[in-house]
Amino acid sequence: MARSPLHSRRQFLQYTALGGAFAGFSLPVLAAQTAPDFREILPGSMTRAGADFSNYGQPSAYEKKVIRWISANSEMTGNGVSWSPLHELQGTITPNGLHFERHHNGVPDIDPAQHELLIDGLVERPLKFTIDALKRYPQQSRISFIECGGNSNSSFRSKPIQTPAGYAHGLVSNAEWTGVAVKLLLEEAGLKPAAKWAIAEAADGASLNVSIPVDKLLDDAMLALYQNGERLRPENGYPVRLLLPGWEGIVNVKWLRQLRLQQTPAMTRDETSQYTDLMPDGTARQFSFEMAAKSLITSPSQGMTLPDNPGIYQVTGLAWSGRGKITRVEVSADGGESWVDADLQAPILDKAFTRFSLPWQWQGQYAVLQSRATDDSGYVQPSREQLIANRGRHGYYHFNAIISWEVYEDGYISHIYPD
Amino acid sequence: MKMDISAISIRISLLLVLFWCSAALLAEPQYQALGQSASELTEQPQWNLTISPDGTGLPPGSGDAKVGQQIFEQRCAGCHGFDAIGASAMPLVGELGSLRSEYPEKTVNSYWPYATTLFDYIRRAMPPAAPYSLSSHEIYALCAYILSQDGIIEANVELNEVTLPQVKMPNRDGFSAVYPNNR
Repeated sequence: MARSPLHSRRQFLQYTALGGAFAGFSLPVLAAQTAPDFREILPGSMTRAGADFSNYGQPSAYEKKVIRWISANSEMTGNGVSWSPLHELQGTITPNGLHFERHHNGVPDIDPAQHELLIDGLVERPLKFTIDALKRYPQQSRISFIECGGNSNSSFRSKPIQTPAGYAHGLVSNAEWTGVAVKLLLEEAGLKPAAKWAIAEAADGASLNVSIPVDKLLDDAMLALYQNGERLRPENGYPVRLLLPGWEGIVNVKWLRQLRLQQTPAMTRDETSQYTDLMPDGTARQFSFEMAAKSLITSPSQGMTLPDNPGIYQVTGLAWSGRGKITRVEVSADGGESWVDADLQAPILDKAFTRFSLPWQWQGQYAVLQSRATDDSGYVQPSREQLIANRGRHGYYHFNAIISWEVYEDGYISHIYPD
Repeated sequence: MKMDISAISIRISLLLVLFWCSAALLAEPQYQALGQSASELTEQPQWNLTISPDGTGLPPGSGDAKVGQQIFEQRCAGCHGFDAIGASAMPLVGELGSLRSEYPEKTVNSYWPYATTLFDYIRRAMPPAAPYSLSSHEIYALCAYILSQDGIIEANVELNEVTLPQVKMPNRDGFSAVYPNNR
């Protein structure tokens, strides 16, 4: 398809111009009605009693299509992922029932009264903690994204995958996590000077284990007990998980049962054969914990059709960085030839989702929508071409390049690699 | 009672000092140390599941490829395929030297840097319907079967807690740590 050049900057509207369009508009005065016969034409919800109270609220029955998309091994149904429907969501907090999942052998059923967390190895005092005990420590809260290291990895393939935005890039979610600073418990156990790594082990059917640098545990790691105010969901680590803000999902170990302090990493399966990034020269990047800055236009996006031509559309999406705060998100409608700064929704938090938006005047022309994030380390989200030039096509993990949505003249939107 | 300016300022200063002290006390987190001594747990096998590359944590036992093949066919081939070449689950053998090719395949034998990881992972996670159902002897035998398929060990070599850590995997030096530089 031919790409028509356009002056992209002019497509983005000023708010003042928008406001002016609706000035001077007024409604006719309605005559007072007294007759009862209009009861029939009122919405049904106004002429009968509503549903009863509920012990635990559920989404509207009209929102049934807003679901996680499950992709699991057919012979091992507990090994796979479910994608967060980012293209259906607004704001920055992912609802608990829609937070992405990655399990290696299903969701365990753990009675918190039976669960113990052991901190041992290179410590002065090996200690065990009950969940009730952990709840009595000072609770800290922080809003933080968690992103699977393998999020967006279909974008390494030679052809762009045609699935909705969240179902290709939604192995990332953002929640308010509350729990105990890991530092407090390590201090209580008394770290020995040789303790440089902790082997975190889960109580799931994979006994998942990974090695985590002690420096991170002493910095901003949390034993999370609560997710968006309520106790963790089983699929997010109930009764207790590690939160390592900004670091790839695999090290945010769910269902945590042990931190074993060691001098060296254990070289577990999930830090050697998995979650390592194969480079073109055949070597692999290991312990590539940080999730670099990334952004994604969630709407309009793949699979949607712009209904009005011409029309005004609110281009919106999410940006995040494992290194700090998002400082800038630029949006392009011409495949990166020109960029306009989007508005960033406050508050802009460290290692958390930042919502961006920008009104866009579409006039039926072919367009390629892109977003590009910059974080407070100065890092700028790369193009797909740049990322692949640096890392090759077989890295599988840490795909953080610009994602492009192609808008056809009829308003339909598909995923494209513009390079 | 009349109060001059200096007396007022002294009182204000005192108030400020008191306020600062109480604020400082509140700023220091106060909590009870609730960890219970776990010295009795730390030596127990169920809390020593992780095996290090130097062999720390390996249980006693032994097995060879011949026994391993029988176990593999019974317990593993359904997902990993005949001869461990992969089916619904990933291939475990072959593809040595493929890592810098157009189509790299990350099998145990082509990619994994440590043989000890194989024991660690089989014990904790395989087969997925029944983790920890294989004996240590069976796991050593499975390791021997998989590794011998690509000649990493000879077919008649018995693997045990001493010999497994001595196995040099072909891709042993294929990894570079990004942490702590993070770039």
